[in-house]
Amino acid sequence: MRYILGLVGAVFSVVLLISFFSNVSTYWSSPPPKTAEEEFHLHPKHLSLASDGPLGKFDKQQLQRGFQVYKEVCSACHSLSQVAFHNLEGLGYTEAEIKAIANQWPTEVPSVNPETGEPATRKALPSDRFPAPYANDTAARAANNNALPPDLSLMTKARHGGAAYVYSLLTGYRNQPAELLKEFPAAKTPQGLHYNPYFANLNLAMPPPLTSEGQVVYAPGNPKPTVDQMAKDVAAFLVWTAEPNLPNRHATGIAVAVFLLFATVLARLAFLNIRNQKKATLVRETGVLEPENQAKSKRAKRKAGIDG
Amino acid sequence: MSFAWAKPYEPKAPLMRWLDERLPLPRLVYGAVGGGYPVPRNLNYWWNFGILAGLFLTIQIVTGIVLAMWYYASVDGAFNSVEHIMRDVNGGWALRYIHMNGASFFFIVTYIHIFRGLYYGSYKAPRELVWMLGLVIYLLMMATAFMGYVLPWGQMSYWGAQVITGFFSAFPLVGEPIRVWLLGGFAPDQAALTRFFSLHYLLPFVIAAVVILHIWALHIPGSSNPTGVDVKDEKDTLPFHPYYTAKDGWFAAGFLLVFSLFVYFLPNYLGHPDNYIPANPLATPAHIVPEWYFWPFYAILRAFTVDFILPAKLWGVLAMFSSILILFFLPWLDKSPVRSGNYRPVFKRFFWLLVIDVLILGYCGGAPATPLYVGLSQLAAAYYFAHFLIILPLVSAFERPLPLPDSITSAVLHHETEQGPAGTLATGRAAAE
Repeated sequence: MRYILGLVGAVFSVVLLISFFSNVSTYWSSPPPKTAEEEFHLHPKHLSLASDGPLGKFDKQQLQRGFQVYKEVCSACHSLSQVAFHNLEGLGYTEAEIKAIANQWPTEVPSVNPETGEPATRKALPSDRFPAPYANDTAARAANNNALPPDLSLMTKARHGGAAYVYSLLTGYRNQPAELLKEFPAAKTPQGLHYNPYFANLNLAMPPPLTSEGQVVYAPGNPKPTVDQMAKDVAAFLVWTAEPNLPNRHATGIAVAVFLLFATVLARLAFLNIRNQKKATLVRETGVLEPENQAKSKRAKRKAGIDG
Repeated sequence: MSFAWAKPYEPKAPLMRWLDERLPLPRLVYGAVGGGYPVPRNLNYWWNFGILAGLFLTIQIVTGIVLAMWYYASVDGAFNSVEHIMRDVNGGWALRYIHMNGASFFFIVTYIHIFRGLYYGSYKAPRELVWMLGLVIYLLMMATAFMGYVLPWGQMSYWGAQVITGFFSAFPLVGEPIRVWLLGGFAPDQAALTRFFSLHYLLPFVIAAVVILHIWALHIPGSSNPTGVDVKDEKDTLPFHPYYTAKDGWFAAGFLLVFSLFVYFLPNYLGHPDNYIPANPLATPAHIVPEWYFWPFYAILRAFTVDFILPAKLWGVLAMFSSILILFFLPWLDKSPVRSGNYRPVFKRFFWLLVIDVLILGYCGGAPATPLYVGLSQLAAAYYFAHFLIILPLVSAFERPLPLPDSITSAVLHHETEQGPAGTLATGRAAAE
């Protein structure tokens, strides 16, 4: 039995080593060609938001600005299917304001004509989710050079880097570097795509959405709407759409951690109490002349050379 | 129960006497985790992880039952029902994050529990069945976790299901029909999702049943201990309650604190962002990776790249299944009569090599399949098989163990871990012969 198993182990190991050496020799004889993505793809820039860290909360002023950017720029192509108008309460809008926002939303909600039963549309209500800009994926692709604009509700949770990635992507558009074209002439950005080093394959179907300062006009008292500021604001807004319960989660977490810390300390003290009783019993059972039992403290034990 | 000096249950309150005479439930609890179960007095903190695994199984079952009240197992509705739980259900986000991270922590404590067993020789006679039942639990956990990960019907759910059920198609002739039969279709779809949900709800209760067998089998010889020396008399043991209930209690509270930091402050750290994208059968993710707890096995699967007699994929699948199945033979592969790694200098070195090896496999399994990571996992996988099937039997045949302490009590008093006063003590080898 052990010999059979030993043989099985030897077979697996040998096949693995054969695989290893063929892997090494392939690598040696024809190393995989370098790709433009490997060399020119960038990790997201640093972005700090009010919602970061264990005590992070949302900056509602910033979320409102971010919502404004979504409404005036992103919503032309991107849906926000998980969020309802009434959720905007979390941004500090009043009920009347939300009603007005829903009522004036450019896309209407699909419905049924109550008289004819024909498909129709109606104005959005606070209870509705944000209506999608296109009737379906095919329509979205048809309008966007066959690229499908993704839903933005969960965007900051669905990409490595989260909000920092969104911010970097929005501010990362640039001309293709000359070094890239020199090294990889075949990697020239194709017609209809846009070079962006923060995007995984460097070329993105979305044209730069935020192009000039003042593209969105912020209410007085807000920072200047530079491209950088608008990108930050909309990234913060998308953190909220992905997880509106985030401040609640942080607050609960602090309470839970404090409770558990307290419980741990109390339980630990109770345990030490029991352990000391058990030690006393052991001393009685084994006799006080045991050197271990005579040493009263850790220091005494070290001196007596008991605790190696 | 295990030892002659285990105290029988004596009900104090009249109500308990009344109950005990009719249904000896209090007696059962007392004998299992009360004063009626004598435990070696020298257990260290590595022995706390069995109870923690039980705790996480309970957390998973409780949160899972509530989540199932809101979850909707449909390819069109599953993803949105999970988001509904996260956004609109009272405390739903907490339930889901606890369940999601609870799965990871269940695996963390189980892995520590398994490696504790490997180091201290807990799989050796007379505890072979305890070990094997534990492996059955582990296999059931893997099946349950895999099917649970499919339920949110995100991109990784879908493509993970595609890849993992694809293992079966590696087998010639019968493989593809088996895969289609398991999925209820040619690709993961409504039939697969509904049956995975059904089984994901069923298997935790099967796990609970096997846990009972695991504990039952454990309570016959009693717990092992860090010296690996058998219990000789009453002085070597303590009643489980109150000493070990208190020790398990404070440690569990501390461990839950660590767990809660993940749940409330890093809930998505152990997950993959692609699972927040709804499943799309037409768009394959750039890197399909399973959850982190499967990474070592995923690395072994991908390590076979050469069609040597059999196709590489079949080698990979066979090796991956074998990597767990060989653990069932461990009690007979490691013949050394000394249980604890503390007294086995050669074994100890190979044990730590194995730990590093599995960590490397885990890292490579989560990394993209570049030549570097594949090469590294090829070497690491070769060591994994050599360790259990070749090195361990040889070490147990040729190693000269250190002298064992006379008894658990004398080990406690003299702190004999590395070398005891050799004069009076027989070596483990001599003791066995």
